Amino acid sequence: MNKRILEMIGGRLAVAILSLFLVSLAVFFITELLPGDTAQELLGQAVTTEAASQLRETLGLDRPAILRYFEWIFGLLTGDLGYSHVSDRPVASLVAERLPNSLTLAAVTMAITIPLALSLGIFAAIWKGSIFDRAISSVAIMLVSFPEFMIATLLVMWLSVYLQWLPALSFIPTTADLHTVVLAYIMPVSVLVFGSCSQMIRLSRAAIADAMVTPYVEMAMLKGASRSRMVLGHALPNSVAPIVNSVALSMSGLLGGVIIVETVFNYPGLAKLMVDGVSTRDMPLIQTCSMIFCGFYLVLITAADIIAILSNPRLR
Amino acid sequence: MTKYPKTAGETLVSIEDLRVTATTDSGRTIEILKGVSFDVRRGEVLALIGESGSGKTTIALSLLAYARAGCHFSGGHVLFDGVDLITLDEGARRKLRGNKVSYVPQSAAASFNPSKKIMDQVVEVAEIHGILDKASARDKAIGLFRSLSLPSPETIGDRYPHQVSGGQLQRLAAAMALLGDPELVVFDEPTTALDVTTQIEVLRAFKSAILDRGMTGVYVSHDLAVVAQISDRIIVLKDGEIQEAGKTEQIVGAPAHPYTQALISAFEPVEAEAAGSRLTKGAVLEMRDVVAGYGNMKSDGKPHIIAVDGVSFALQRGHSLGVIGESGCGKSTLLRVAAGLLPAASGACVLDGKDLRPQVSARSKDELRKMQIVFQLADTALNPAQTVGNIIGRPLTFYHGMKGETRDKQVIELLDMVRMPAQFRHRLPRELSGGQRQRINLARALAAKPDVLLCDEITSALDTVVAAKVLELLKELQRELHLSYLFVSHDIHTVRSLCDEVMVMFGGKKLETFAAADLHAEARHPYTKLLASSLPTLDPGWLDNLKQDPELVRKFAHA
Amino acid sequence: MTVSTAPRRKIRFQIRPIAAVCLLVVLFWIVVALFAPLLVHYPAGDMVSYDYFGPMSKEYWLGTDYLGRDIYSRLIVGTRYTIGIAFVGLILAALIGITLGLLAAAFGGVFDTILSRAIDTFVGIPNLLLALVIVAGGGSSIPILIGAITVIFFPGCYRFTRSMAVNVNALDFISAARARGEGHFYIMIHEILPNIAGPIMADLGLRFVHIILLLSGLSFLGLGVQPPNADWGALVRENMIGISYGSPAVVVPSLALASLALAINLLIDNLPQRVRDQLE
Repeated sequence: MNKRILEMIGGRLAVAILSLFLVSLAVFFITELLPGDTAQELLGQAVTTEAASQLRETLGLDRPAILRYFEWIFGLLTGDLGYSHVSDRPVASLVAERLPNSLTLAAVTMAITIPLALSLGIFAAIWKGSIFDRAISSVAIMLVSFPEFMIATLLVMWLSVYLQWLPALSFIPTTADLHTVVLAYIMPVSVLVFGSCSQMIRLSRAAIADAMVTPYVEMAMLKGASRSRMVLGHALPNSVAPIVNSVALSMSGLLGGVIIVETVFNYPGLAKLMVDGVSTRDMPLIQTCSMIFCGFYLVLITAADIIAILSNPRLR
Repeated sequence: MTKYPKTAGETLVSIEDLRVTATTDSGRTIEILKGVSFDVRRGEVLALIGESGSGKTTIALSLLAYARAGCHFSGGHVLFDGVDLITLDEGARRKLRGNKVSYVPQSAAASFNPSKKIMDQVVEVAEIHGILDKASARDKAIGLFRSLSLPSPETIGDRYPHQVSGGQLQRLAAAMALLGDPELVVFDEPTTALDVTTQIEVLRAFKSAILDRGMTGVYVSHDLAVVAQISDRIIVLKDGEIQEAGKTEQIVGAPAHPYTQALISAFEPVEAEAAGSRLTKGAVLEMRDVVAGYGNMKSDGKPHIIAVDGVSFALQRGHSLGVIGESGCGKSTLLRVAAGLLPAASGACVLDGKDLRPQVSARSKDELRKMQIVFQLADTALNPAQTVGNIIGRPLTFYHGMKGETRDKQVIELLDMVRMPAQFRHRLPRELSGGQRQRINLARALAAKPDVLLCDEITSALDTVVAAKVLELLKELQRELHLSYLFVSHDIHTVRSLCDEVMVMFGGKKLETFAAADLHAEARHPYTKLLASSLPTLDPGWLDNLKQDPELVRKFAHA
Repeated sequence: MTVSTAPRRKIRFQIRPIAAVCLLVVLFWIVVALFAPLLVHYPAGDMVSYDYFGPMSKEYWLGTDYLGRDIYSRLIVGTRYTIGIAFVGLILAALIGITLGLLAAAFGGVFDTILSRAIDTFVGIPNLLLALVIVAGGGSSIPILIGAITVIFFPGCYRFTRSMAVNVNALDFISAARARGEGHFYIMIHEILPNIAGPIMADLGLRFVHIILLLSGLSFLGLGVQPPNADWGALVRENMIGISYGSPAVVVPSLALASLALAINLLIDNLPQRVRDQLE
């Protein structure tokens, strides 16, 4: 039976690698083939066509797209991430500078969001119908409906402009002490937590609620089990798969949140780098950033799938 | 249980004028129990008999101070040892459940938590109520497993629920209910989901457990014959009211209430027509050496999982062929193969002398028209988004090109044919009762003007009295329209009352075919005899007197 | 025998008060979007006041923005952009997703497997990221924005429709139709679709919320609707410096967006039980 688990996990990994390959195709061809001329863009509108075609040649843009795709993929795999024509630096060094900042932001957010959202969702399910449950559900549906930039701007207006407690921007000088760093992180992390926890609360509560109406939970109740034993002992072990799935899904939202939050607070992360890259149409930079983000996302989704497989008692 | 006379003890439970009300989504309230009163005395087993919607399960759950979501107690008392359970708070109710009153569910397969080991769930009762420490609870559970004659009692608890059979799970659920030495055990249709051969093993285990302990029990069932084997007294319920209450012998021997009499009459033996009493006019449907199954083809041209393995039969024109067997024997798959829904891997299907292609898409409209399939569950066999008129009308348009008023007239005629009023054509399936839906299901098949009806357990999901009426309708239709039936069922009684010939299947293979009247002949296959003898009768001594070859049971029963 | 006509079918819906309020809010914004030209006080692009980030007043109901334009008028016109682009994108995504989902469920087999696998690729890219990539490649014209929304949201429609349709497809009445000899298209349109239409509509409602949030996010980043035009997200972006003045120019478009999103979410949360049961 363990062989079957290994086979399924192997299958999931193969699918993840295939997906990453297809994603790379999508990213490359969307950025390269949609109308919009990089050379023209770099030189500005007022340039002659000769100058543009010359630049295209130096950039290698005149060769067939499929060839350039394989060069790009080969480069990605060997660590050669290309050259940013806009900032005149290798993409690798730009990314190396920014990636740790984004990872810190995401990691801190996840470390707070996952335990917070799951426990709120589970407690709401335990006390289903109570005031606590209704309050949590109402807050969650509001947070799902509010855009991150609205939460961010309102927080800035309140905490930075009105109360003047926190800095409005999160640019952290390297010499800053811990106090400054923590202060700088409070608002971006709060916005991200608000943004990503609501979906997780709703989905985990729904997953438990689904399990709560099964005959085996009713049986537990007829054995005299308390509400918390029914939820924690019987419903929860059978809801691992949907809950883990909800966490993975929320990560898509978290990434969207990171893009907004880094822009609002001028946070020196990878997402801000990419947004700037889009404004300047810095294709090598955009392609690399996309692949990094998709790579992380796929790792999380695959990890969730594997946990779900492992939690299925029929495979034990 | 006349053989073990007991002295009736003092009253343990007294239900007085119990009323339970349910609220539907649209805010309407329905009375599920309309004032029910009865007593349960210590040391007796009381049976609650009734069809779906009679309120029997609601009463059973009220003994655990529980009303399902959407229902609430709206009046009366449930006095357990003098304490009114309805007035207890949630904490006191928890102390009662599993400890003083315990519950054996209908489907143990669904009632065991799939992700926890069986033993952990069985001893959980002791853990919740602090009755025993873990080690002695385990020992006690193993003792219970042994007394319920479960195989390898020492280790069966270490398995997960999906690793043991349905009959074993049902007994494990009983062990779980007995672990806390409750004063009252509530059995909620505990053998309904089982095959007949398995049911006997489970019933025997229950009965000896009840007798050994002098247990007080409430046994809920729709099956009078099962209840006759195990109970001392019977209460007959209908639509939330008690129709009749009395000693088991009186209820099954001399029922006073007309409703009870109707229930009993469904058990009266029907004499099958003697073999050869009807003329044969040649086969209308024939299948030869049919092999079919699921999954990819293997190198030998057979499917990965074989469900039907080399079955042949011939259905005579105007006759009925019954196919019986227990769950998983391939009888329903055989029907799907005949209808072309599951293409056969090999073998021939001949309709009216013409070879049919295996898959439905390759058959001509006229071939399809001649053979119609009727499914077991009318709830899912009728499109919930279409009115009855459209459901019956579609085959008229599809096969016969009827439209507008002609079609509407034909629909009304078909409704009349299945004994339903014309205005029902404007209703949606959810606005019909189970029996009515099954009639619409039939009418849709008849709309095609078929020669052959493929009937898949079409009376199994219906209540006894309703099922008997549908069977009667089938017989009338056969006479009027010269239909031929291929009638699949797990119930040998039903098949015998309807069919001319009977085919017995086991493990995908045909064991034998014989004239329905010869069911009890000496020459029958041992498995056929086992099936026939496993069907409970109203005689309260039936289970005790039943002798079955244990070797045979081991070979064929899934227990 | 007389053939009677069908009686009028009574539809019993219990509408909760909160659902009614939400429905009014949604209708309000739809009316605003439809009749925007009749509702504005000044042309949305005109600088009408020398007072930038001016307060709410009788002339300028919601104050003025960073260039002294009337925020009320810009908000009304912005409603058109936000709802219009999102709606067209939703319709396209729904048409593609629902059609493919029904086809996949009705035909099954290899067709289903290949289609599902290919479409899963898009699900492997987070929404806003995919939007950035498309805008990077194609620019941020309105057709590209609509195309991006379609590409990003049709896989979700596909997966939802397919999973609902597959559930229905397994029921006996579909087997009965197949055994009768009905074709795939009849089964798709007449047997499956009517049974999943309600849940699909509710799902599209939720998707519409995701679309307006995504579109506003994109505009907020400066990559959506381009100046001088502005949707709600772009209105927030261009007035960001107004934060320090506590200007309504930043808050009002955000509130408009939040009110519409919340109203739709709450409306769907409070649908009649029968529809919600199917949603799970």
